Amino acid sequence: MAKAFQKIYTQITAITKATCSLKAQGVGNDELATVDGKLAQVVKIMGDDVTLQVFEGTEGIPTNAEVVFLGKAPSLKVSDQLAGRFFNAYGDPIDGGPEIEGQEVEIGGPSVNPVRRKQPSELIATGIAGIDLNNTLVSGQKIPFFADPDQPYNQVMANVALRAQTDKIILGGMGLTNDDYLYFKNVFSNAGVLDHIVSFVNTTENPPVERLLIPDMALTAAEYFAVEKNEKVLVLLTDMTLYADALAIVSNRMDQIPSKDSMPGSLYSDLAKIYEKAVQFPTGGSITIIAVTTLSGGDITHAIPDNTGYITEGQLYLRRDSDIGKVIVDPFRSLSRLKQLVAGKKTREDHPQVMNAAVRLYADAANAKTKKENGFDLTDYDERCLSFARDYSCEILAIDVNINTTQMLDVAWQLFGKYFKPEEVNIKQALVDKYWSAK
Amino acid sequence: MATTGKVKGIIANLVTVAVDGPVSQNEICYIHIGDVRLMAEVIKVTGDNVFVQVFESTRGLKVGNLVEFTGHMLEVTLGPGLLSRNYDGLQNDLDRLTGVFLKRGEYNFPLDTEKRWAFTPIAKVGDKVEAAAWLGEVDENHQPHKIMVPFVFSGEYTVKTIAPQGEYTINDTIAVLTDSEGNEHQVTMVQKWPVKKAITAYKSKPRPFKLLETGVRTIDTANPICEGGTGFIPGPFGTGKTVLQHAISKQAEADIVIIAACGERANEVVETFTEFPELDDPHTGRKLMERTIIIANTSNMPVASREASVYTSMTIAEYYRSMGLRVLLMADSTSRWAQALREMSNRMEELPGQDAFPMDLSAIIGAFYARAGYVYLYNGATGSVTFLGTVSPAGGNLKEPVTEGTKKVARCFYALEQARADRKRYPAVNPIDSYSKYVEYPEFDAYISELIDKDWLPMVNDMKTYLQRGKEIQEQINILGDDGVPVDYHEEFWKSEVIDFVILQQDAFDKIDAVCPLERQQYMLRLVMDICRHDYDFDNFLDVIDYFKRVINLCKQMNYCEFHSPEFEDYRKKLDALLAEKQIVA
Repeated sequence: MAKAFQKIYTQITAITKATCSLKAQGVGNDELATVDGKLAQVVKIMGDDVTLQVFEGTEGIPTNAEVVFLGKAPSLKVSDQLAGRFFNAYGDPIDGGPEIEGQEVEIGGPSVNPVRRKQPSELIATGIAGIDLNNTLVSGQKIPFFADPDQPYNQVMANVALRAQTDKIILGGMGLTNDDYLYFKNVFSNAGVLDHIVSFVNTTENPPVERLLIPDMALTAAEYFAVEKNEKVLVLLTDMTLYADALAIVSNRMDQIPSKDSMPGSLYSDLAKIYEKAVQFPTGGSITIIAVTTLSGGDITHAIPDNTGYITEGQLYLRRDSDIGKVIVDPFRSLSRLKQLVAGKKTREDHPQVMNAAVRLYADAANAKTKKENGFDLTDYDERCLSFARDYSCEILAIDVNINTTQMLDVAWQLFGKYFKPEEVNIKQALVDKYWSAK
Repeated sequence: MATTGKVKGIIANLVTVAVDGPVSQNEICYIHIGDVRLMAEVIKVTGDNVFVQVFESTRGLKVGNLVEFTGHMLEVTLGPGLLSRNYDGLQNDLDRLTGVFLKRGEYNFPLDTEKRWAFTPIAKVGDKVEAAAWLGEVDENHQPHKIMVPFVFSGEYTVKTIAPQGEYTINDTIAVLTDSEGNEHQVTMVQKWPVKKAITAYKSKPRPFKLLETGVRTIDTANPICEGGTGFIPGPFGTGKTVLQHAISKQAEADIVIIAACGERANEVVETFTEFPELDDPHTGRKLMERTIIIANTSNMPVASREASVYTSMTIAEYYRSMGLRVLLMADSTSRWAQALREMSNRMEELPGQDAFPMDLSAIIGAFYARAGYVYLYNGATGSVTFLGTVSPAGGNLKEPVTEGTKKVARCFYALEQARADRKRYPAVNPIDSYSKYVEYPEFDAYISELIDKDWLPMVNDMKTYLQRGKEIQEQINILGDDGVPVDYHEEFWKSEVIDFVILQQDAFDKIDAVCPLERQQYMLRLVMDICRHDYDFDNFLDVIDYFKRVINLCKQMNYCEFHSPEFEDYRKKLDALLAEKQIVA
């Protein structure tokens, strides 16, 4: 790897599990180096003491290892050849195909000037009512699934990826199990859409610190297609919790003072740098990010989901509805912050009010259920709410239902008419006059 | 000879510099890297080692790079032409930066030096003036932008010459002032001021007492904020902090609105960029953007300039206050600023306080909120800076350092509640936990009695009692069951629901309901309280629920109609008829 003019250092002064230090001059911050052939990055310089973060881990590195500085930050070669390929965290092909030729771009590049962004206004339809009806997605949005590890979030995400109308899909897999990696690969190949997809994958078999490169790699590729080709790009990042865990490992090895939940104090900024790459450009290109943040025991006050929630434009929760035995997108806790940009504007006028009314009635049903469980008598209204909730879950919310937004609205009006009186649904009279359907 | 130095160490954006001369705390310096210069601020000095926080990415920076010190702290440039602009935290004009992506080391001058402003003198030759005295004014987007004696001038000056009415650029001399020793000073329309120092060129700062109308019922009616007051909105994510803040910034009765987007989502700022130039100011009919300045330092922009952005915003707010204007400053979110402080404190290996925040966090927050206020200027005019900050408490836990530090200093507290948000009861401000200290001020009482009526505050208080009682009854119903409590318990609970649905809840996305002027708020509160104060005749609780749902529905339809329009009056008639059915006439 070393070129003739590059200086080789051979005296490492300190080694931890993730970093090593040595004396060197003329080194730039964030610069890449190889330590005993393993890729590493400069994270701290103090006089001529340089600390390197070794992505693969430091197992087996001797104190006399060869250290060569490469004079550049981590980078990716971008071109149309990326499409249809699988890469590791360093951007090297893992599908046996040839190396990519193209322009070499540093990953983790600068932010978009906010005044050069366009307000997101393109609907991304998924056919899943829990998303399209209640939490509409918009291009340029960033939204995670908050899911427990046993929930089928990767399947839902693969579904969304296949149904959504986009030009490119970039998969960033961090700590994917090999099984899930193969699942994505199969689903994409079987659907015949492989040429739209670029994947950067770090599986559980790879060292955890390598994961830190995955989001930046995926988003650098996304920026190429969105900026240079004006394409609509959907980026899938799974699982961001494992990314944050890797950040914590590195910060811990560097003796930084941890803040909440042993996470580094900079967690918010670190995550924001990734998620804020989601953007709608005025030229038509866009980057939309759908991520997964796994929770431990459903705890959203943990630093990772908590910081994520403050950065992303909403969050989606999956829940198994025991009444119908199917997985639904939870209408209470899920939220898409950008939905009002398209709901009722790109969709039918009654969308926002129908959505709210249905959720309100669903909430009344939940209260009725609690009442019933506590052994109290139910009123007629309670009973009607419960019946409504069952139909609503089954005919609209279940993730295996695939209908368009107008159909979802029609079904909702039918259910309103079936179980309620107009004054019970609290919708503007003008809309009731137009859409109310009696039983 | 300016001090220079060389880079000695780098950890992320904290850089250690060895210097060859004197430097001062918070001094600005520039670090050379390739052909650009990165702006940085001195945050700690130990011996020859100066620690600076760099406002940009330090990628590629090397030991030995040259550092130049400027001899001054971080300053903002103040003058006509600030309005309608979009700045970053360091007051670079974002619209004039080149390219789609931000390039590090690219800085620009925040004002237009070519534009000619129509100047009208106010001061006369021979007048005695001091810092912040008004020399003349120009029309800036229909606001009387006063050209003032620079704030850095101390002592008394005499006006030697003043430019006659005419058109001038910001760099033209518009006055010559003579100090007590006979030295002459030329004054232009532009001046600079260090952001971390408060502008205190005013006579006195009384307690705020004038209502600042926001058009949001749960604020104006339930917990009003005053001109020059301070308030904060803490809430877990997804509870509608930003929607509420946007609503206030669109509707509040202020001359100037400054929005500091501090470490928050870029798309939210884009929403403001997109909407404000289109939206009409409900008070003047002109475009909202004309009275607005946006300081955008979104979460993906450099962390260190987040801190700068809140100070930059406050300094600009104080500048407009000195002109006798009412300024509303909104910062979203102060927690991000606190986190930026934490990141730096952590890199400097300071001993951490609670949650790894710096020990002096609450003092920093306190000093910042103290810069807001209602002031009497030296010339007798008044001006105000009203400050509303949001706080994003980690995990929604209000017992964290930023919330607690803010609670000590902010006088209004708007507690956003997850449970309300989950039930889509927006704005999700909890009416019982929230407070406004201003309602306890006798001067506010006097003002509001004059503006509305003497019975207003007692009536609002009564409303809160109904809400409190409603909440208690709800808990009892949950424990004992619907049948387990007397019917009049249900009646009382549903009265609190009427207040909740009709007064507290407001649809920020409905064109009419979004803004509720004070007159309309009065009408609705009187209507609702009249409903609450009556007794009703019910046989069983099911009738109660059914009846009050119909009452709520009619009141809500009224909220959606143009005030006093035929439809509105029609719903009112229907409501009166419905009330007459069950009300017991005393």
